[in-house]
Amino acid sequence: MNLSRTAKIVLWGFMGFGLSFIYVPLMLVVINSFNKNKSFNWPPTGFTTMWWTKAAANSGVKDAIVLSLLTATLATIIALILGSLAAAAIARYNFFGRDVISLMFVLPIALPGIVTGIALNNVFTNFFGGLTFFTIIIGHATFCVVVVFNNVAARYRRMGSSFEEASMDLGASRLTTFRLVTFPMIRNALVAGGLLSFGLSFDEIIVTTFTAGAGQTTLPIWIFQNLFRPNQAPIVNVVAAALIIVSIVPIYLSQRLTQERK
Amino acid sequence: MRRGGIRVKISRVKKSAIAIAAGALLLSGCSSSGDDSASGAYAGPVGDTPGTINVLAWPGYAEDGSTDPAVDWVTPFEKATGCEVNVKTYGTSDEAVQLMQSGGYDVVSASGDASLRLIFGGDLQPVNLDLIPNYADVFDNLKDRPWNTIDGVNYGVPHGRGANVLQYTLSKVKPAPDSWSVVWEANSPLKGKITAYDSAIYIADAAVYLMSTKPELGITDPYALDSKQFEAAMALLKQQKPLVAEYWADYTKYVAAVQAGSIVAGTSWQVIANVLNGEKATVGAVKPKEGATGWSDTWMISKNTESIDCAYKWLDWIISPATNAQAAEYFGEAPANAKACALTASKTHCESYHAEETDYWSNVYYWKTPTEACLDGRTDVKCVPYAEWVKAWSSFRNS
Amino acid sequence: MSTMQSVHRYFHAHVRARIAVLLSAPIAWLGVLYIGSLAALFITSIWKIDTFTSKVVREFTLSNFIDVLTDKAYFNVTVRTVGVAVAVTIICAALAIPMAFFIARVAKPQSRPVLIALVITPLWASYLVKIYAWRTMMAPDSGFLNWLISPLGLSSPGFGMVAVIIGLSYLWLPYMVLPIYAGMEKLPDSIIDASADLGAKPGRTFLKVILPMTWPAIIAGSLFTFSLSLGDYITVQILGGTFQMLGNVVYQNFALNLPFAAAVALIPVIVMIIYLASVRKTGALDNL
Repeated sequence: MNLSRTAKIVLWGFMGFGLSFIYVPLMLVVINSFNKNKSFNWPPTGFTTMWWTKAAANSGVKDAIVLSLLTATLATIIALILGSLAAAAIARYNFFGRDVISLMFVLPIALPGIVTGIALNNVFTNFFGGLTFFTIIIGHATFCVVVVFNNVAARYRRMGSSFEEASMDLGASRLTTFRLVTFPMIRNALVAGGLLSFGLSFDEIIVTTFTAGAGQTTLPIWIFQNLFRPNQAPIVNVVAAALIIVSIVPIYLSQRLTQERK
Repeated sequence: MRRGGIRVKISRVKKSAIAIAAGALLLSGCSSSGDDSASGAYAGPVGDTPGTINVLAWPGYAEDGSTDPAVDWVTPFEKATGCEVNVKTYGTSDEAVQLMQSGGYDVVSASGDASLRLIFGGDLQPVNLDLIPNYADVFDNLKDRPWNTIDGVNYGVPHGRGANVLQYTLSKVKPAPDSWSVVWEANSPLKGKITAYDSAIYIADAAVYLMSTKPELGITDPYALDSKQFEAAMALLKQQKPLVAEYWADYTKYVAAVQAGSIVAGTSWQVIANVLNGEKATVGAVKPKEGATGWSDTWMISKNTESIDCAYKWLDWIISPATNAQAAEYFGEAPANAKACALTASKTHCESYHAEETDYWSNVYYWKTPTEACLDGRTDVKCVPYAEWVKAWSSFRNS
Repeated sequence: MSTMQSVHRYFHAHVRARIAVLLSAPIAWLGVLYIGSLAALFITSIWKIDTFTSKVVREFTLSNFIDVLTDKAYFNVTVRTVGVAVAVTIICAALAIPMAFFIARVAKPQSRPVLIALVITPLWASYLVKIYAWRTMMAPDSGFLNWLISPLGLSSPGFGMVAVIIGLSYLWLPYMVLPIYAGMEKLPDSIIDASADLGAKPGRTFLKVILPMTWPAIIAGSLFTFSLSLGDYITVQILGGTFQMLGNVVYQNFALNLPFAAAVALIPVIVMIIYLASVRKTGALDNL
């Protein structure tokens, strides 16, 4: 499409404004992780690296990160299995109630997190005996299923069933077809969905507040507890800055993967 | 207003108490911890079984070094007893009640407006005071109080008491205030930079102010408000709303806001002022002439604790003279243990906090849960129960 | 092997059996656990609480609904919450559409993954930290924003509804950019070229061809921004000052008055169901 100069300038302008809007607060976070003053008034009065050393030595943060990694991994595994099963059924077959079931899968993301949170909390405290490490995972897996489902279902739809049918016409069983034909084709969608699910679970705070047991401190919960504490808030900034830096690579990779189909 | 409304009579409260006592009696026959006392409390003796206790505490009550590495009386406890302690702090009594009800906590420091709800809700077990040697040294006027002792059955040991103070930023509020008027009056010079406590119990603070400014309302107990008095209190709160920058329930957020300058005055706890003044004097804190609401807190044990020995050891530890002195000094309150007064770092601590007086406390109105049966003894009117306070507060905050 | 073969033959012949096997686990999870817990929650809205101990008492009452519907405060907070959600959605769309268009159509193909990665990266910076960064930025007097615009004679709006709208728009912007970008990327070049060939200027092509074709994607993005804003209470607590939204009402009452909180929680659920039902026809749900 040929765009006029003004159109191009306007679009560059929007993009520039958009990216600055996104990154100015993040830059502030990174700057504040070096801020000498604990109350983060602007402009900063001095810089120091002591918060980074303190963060490295802080056992509360490290335990929280480990717990978050663990819950995100387990929740993602469950989400991958359930999500791809559901996607296979919904995208491939037409059956009575398909739309309703498809809508049901969207609900955990469409309904506000607090509703999911208090509903699960109610069930866990009254029927499961309380909140534990596993209740966190159950909570997370519930909305992570949706992102995997969406990615894989979209992939199934784009893929069409012709490859699988050809494979079975040639004599392969369903399982073999899945292993050799379908899986390689949906693999990228699984990775993209899995990464998104991992990210969602890792950063989740609202549902987690309601489903985590007394001693279970995931990273977002740890951050919430320490966000305003004078001695800990700078460490929170350090953690956030580190997360941003660490996550750039997997995000870029996942984007490349979803582009590959072209 | 409600169809088939809920009638809370004293008899129901008593019925619940009897039911709980009876239940405890039944349970005492079945439980394995060997309690055989009539009240259902642990018979003891307190053993050395290692365990983990989850402690639910007001900020500043169970410091474990995470707020300030030099302030820690939890780690010494862990070293001395081998019990592991996880501390969770909460911001309002409502939060405490909800967390205790959801389970997972072994010990809680409850104010008077939470303790009875927990006792009658069946979330706590009676405490066998014979197993807590340090209890003997507790001030007599803090023993067997109505908010932690029902029909002679004790449910905990006192921690300390204090008033909710008026805190103000020294550089922004001159001259130093001596009245709550700066936070209530519509023409306050501090408009837009005030804070108020984000809990329904704050309605009592409005009532306390009305006791001085509108004596014709006849309020004698800020927790015993009939509908007319209650409406006046709610009207005062509505008048205050435009003055308020933020309502606070998280003390760390309060500290941060004062440091950033968005809040310059409001109701506070001494511990918040102490944290703010840690490096240099930033705020002042006073009990204004109208009096104030306050609290008298009790350490209590959850019904379903799995580490009963550690729980009792914690109770004994926290009210021991040395620890009680540390905690009372860090928080800024009057200690419960008479021997703590000799051990505070500042020799005038007990004096400044009026630990051994009675006059000071005459216009400090400890938090308690309002009931339909008026707490000031009136029988000609019905008072507004706490559930209605909560509803009114929720409606007010969202209007 | 013959048992395996008969199993295969059975499943090959019976479509429903295949569907059942595939769906049984997901439905057990989402249908039973999730929908079940939602149902259990909403059933509590017809029960009472013991006014002293705040425990749920299983006696029927409609008082919770009556309170929600008759108290003007809850009507006000609902209107305000929906208003904020709409404002956030509009702001996100206004920014996301040009950005997505830029990435899909103006930027060089090699730079597209980089640009998308740049837009998505903030999703990995903790929600709480981002909102806290906004809190320090918008602090009246001492914040970054104040420092930035005070030479112009303006000052930071401080904490309140405006701050909440800005904060929420910031948080959900990537969720709006992604589906719209995906939608725009899918647009066949041929249609756009055809429109240009027929004499339409780029602006007209955009309004009459591109926008209608990516409309389902825009709606898909709006589902996220709308629903995430509708139930948010943490951003409101941190940036809102004394401002409250529906999420806060639920959060405040969940602890000690679960039936009432459940009744209030029905409001955003009903709003979302209406929204979902009305956008189903646009095909947006396929664009998530």
